[in-house]
Amino acid sequence: MKALCWEGVNKLAVEQVPDPVLRNDQDVIVRLIAGTTCGSDLHLIGGYIPFMRSGDVIGHEFLGEVVEVGAGVRRHKVGDRVVVCSFVGCGRCWYCTHDLWSLCDNTNTNPGIGQALFGADTGGIFGYSHAMGGLRGSHAEYVRVPFADYGAFPVPEGVDDTSALFVSDSVPTGWMGADLAGVKPGDVVAVWGCGAVGQMAARAAILLGAERVISIDRIPERLEMTERHIGSEVIDYTTTDVGAELRERTGGRGPDVCIEAVGMEAHSDSPVHLYDQAKQQLRLQTDRPTAVRQAIHACRKGGTVFVLGVFAGAVDKFPLGAVINKGLTVRGAQQHGQRYIPMLLDRLAAGELSTAHLATHTVPLDEAPRAYDMFKEKNDGCVRAVIRPGG
Amino acid sequence: MTLRKSLWAAAAVLTAGAVVALRRSTARPADPAAADRWLTVTINRSPADIQADKLPTPLQEYGDRIQTRIRPAPGDRGTEVAVRLKDVPSDASSVPARLTGQDPRQDLRRSLREAKALLEAGEVLLPDTPPTTHDKPGGKLVGLLSRRAGGEGVL
Repeated sequence: MKALCWEGVNKLAVEQVPDPVLRNDQDVIVRLIAGTTCGSDLHLIGGYIPFMRSGDVIGHEFLGEVVEVGAGVRRHKVGDRVVVCSFVGCGRCWYCTHDLWSLCDNTNTNPGIGQALFGADTGGIFGYSHAMGGLRGSHAEYVRVPFADYGAFPVPEGVDDTSALFVSDSVPTGWMGADLAGVKPGDVVAVWGCGAVGQMAARAAILLGAERVISIDRIPERLEMTERHIGSEVIDYTTTDVGAELRERTGGRGPDVCIEAVGMEAHSDSPVHLYDQAKQQLRLQTDRPTAVRQAIHACRKGGTVFVLGVFAGAVDKFPLGAVINKGLTVRGAQQHGQRYIPMLLDRLAAGELSTAHLATHTVPLDEAPRAYDMFKEKNDGCVRAVIRPGG
Repeated sequence: MTLRKSLWAAAAVLTAGAVVALRRSTARPADPAAADRWLTVTINRSPADIQADKLPTPLQEYGDRIQTRIRPAPGDRGTEVAVRLKDVPSDASSVPARLTGQDPRQDLRRSLREAKALLEAGEVLLPDTPPTTHDKPGGKLVGLLSRRAGGEGVL
C-alpha cells in the first residue's frame, strides 16, 4: 500500500510499505477515509523528537472504515465508519479506568525509552516516534488499530467525514484543556494559539460557560477564523502588548485560566525568541516555551495555566518564581480522547460544535509532502490539510 | 542544513543513551542494594485475582529461579507484584551487558510487563511489522534502543 513516510529531517515521501496485518486479537484494520496534518507532526518532521527511523509512517488524526476485525473485538464489525483516537488505550489498566487514557500502561511497545526520558512511559500514539510506542501512522491506505473496542468510535449518521475527522485528536485535546483547567461560568479564559487545537480549546471554554474567551495569535486568517467560527475575542500579538491588553480586558486581574496551545516550536516577535531559537538549535534546550512563559506571567493570582502544546524535553528560563509566588496551578497532558469523543460526536451532531472550517485544504495521499510544506509555512491560509488516500 | 540537523538528532539520541547509561552505572556504587532490588509493577486487579502459583506464562516459566512478592496496593490501585532473580552474575548489569541484551534482568523486566498486560488487558500489544522498511544509521540506533526498551527502564 501507499503511505507517507518520514525519510529524515524535513524529508517526507510517499512510498510503498507492507499492508498492515492483525497482530493481536483486539485489533481491527481500518481503510482510511481521511487524515489530517497536525502541528505536532512538525516536531517529528523537523527532527526535534529524535526517535524516528527512515521509513516510519506518520499521521495520527484519522477516520476510516473497518475492513477486518480481530477475534477478540466485540464492538465493531466490517463496514463501520469510525473515528479513531490518536492515543491507544487498553481500557483496563488503572489509568484507562480513571479516564487518563494517554497514560495507558499497556500500549507503548518501547516503554524503556519513555521511562528513561520522563520517569514513566506514556501510552502509545499512532505514528509518533519509537519513544511514543512505535506504532505505524495513519497517513496510509490502511492502518492497524489496536484495542479497537476502546479507541475507535462509530460516527453518527448525519455527521460528515470532514467534521468527524477532527474528533480524533484536535477537538478532544482542546476540550480537555478547558475541562482539566477547570473552566467554569464567569471565568475569563485566554488561549495562546489559533490553530485547530487552540480554536477547539476556546470553543470548549465558551461551551463550559466562560464569561469571556480571548484567543492570541499572529496569523490574520486564523484570528479572523477564530473570531467568526468560534466566537472568541482575539489579540494579534504582533501589533498588541498581550500582557497589557489582557490586564485591561480583565480589570487588572489577568485571565482566570490560561491555555497554551502552541508547543515546542513557539514563535514570538520579542528578542527572547532569538535566544530560544539559538539554544534550541544548539540543543542546549529541546523546546521553546515562549507562550508558556507568557501565559504564566499573564495569569491572575491563584489562576490555572494548562499546557496543551506538545513539549518533548527541557526548557530554559522557566518562570518558576511566578508559579510559586502567584500561587498558580500548572497542569498539562496529552489528550485523554476516549474520555470525550462520544460526547463530542453528540455535540457535533447537535450542531454545538463546528469543525469543517478547519479543513482549509484537501489533497490526495500522493500530494501529502506538499501539504505538509504548505501547513508548516502556513501558506495560502492553511490551518489544516486533509489527506484523502482514496482521492 | 539537513545534514547538520541529522547529526544533531543522532547526537541527541547518543547523548540521551549515554546519560541514561551513565546515570545507571554511576548510581550503582552509591546504591549497594541496586543489584538486589525488586522489579515491581502495580496491576489493576484485586489481590484475590493474583496468586503466585498462577501468574501468567512469562513469569511462570521462571519457576523457582525468581522470588515473588504480592501485596495489595494502597487505595484503589490494585495489586503490587514484585519479582527478582535469586542468582544474578556480578557483572550482569554492566552497560555492555545491557547494550548487548545479556543482562538477565532485562528478560525478567519484559516478562513482568507482559504478565501485567495479560492480567489487565488480556494480551501483550505487539509492534507493527516490519518496524520500518529501510533504515539509515540513525534509524538503526533507534532500532537498537527499541529492541532493548522492552527490558529496560525504571521499573
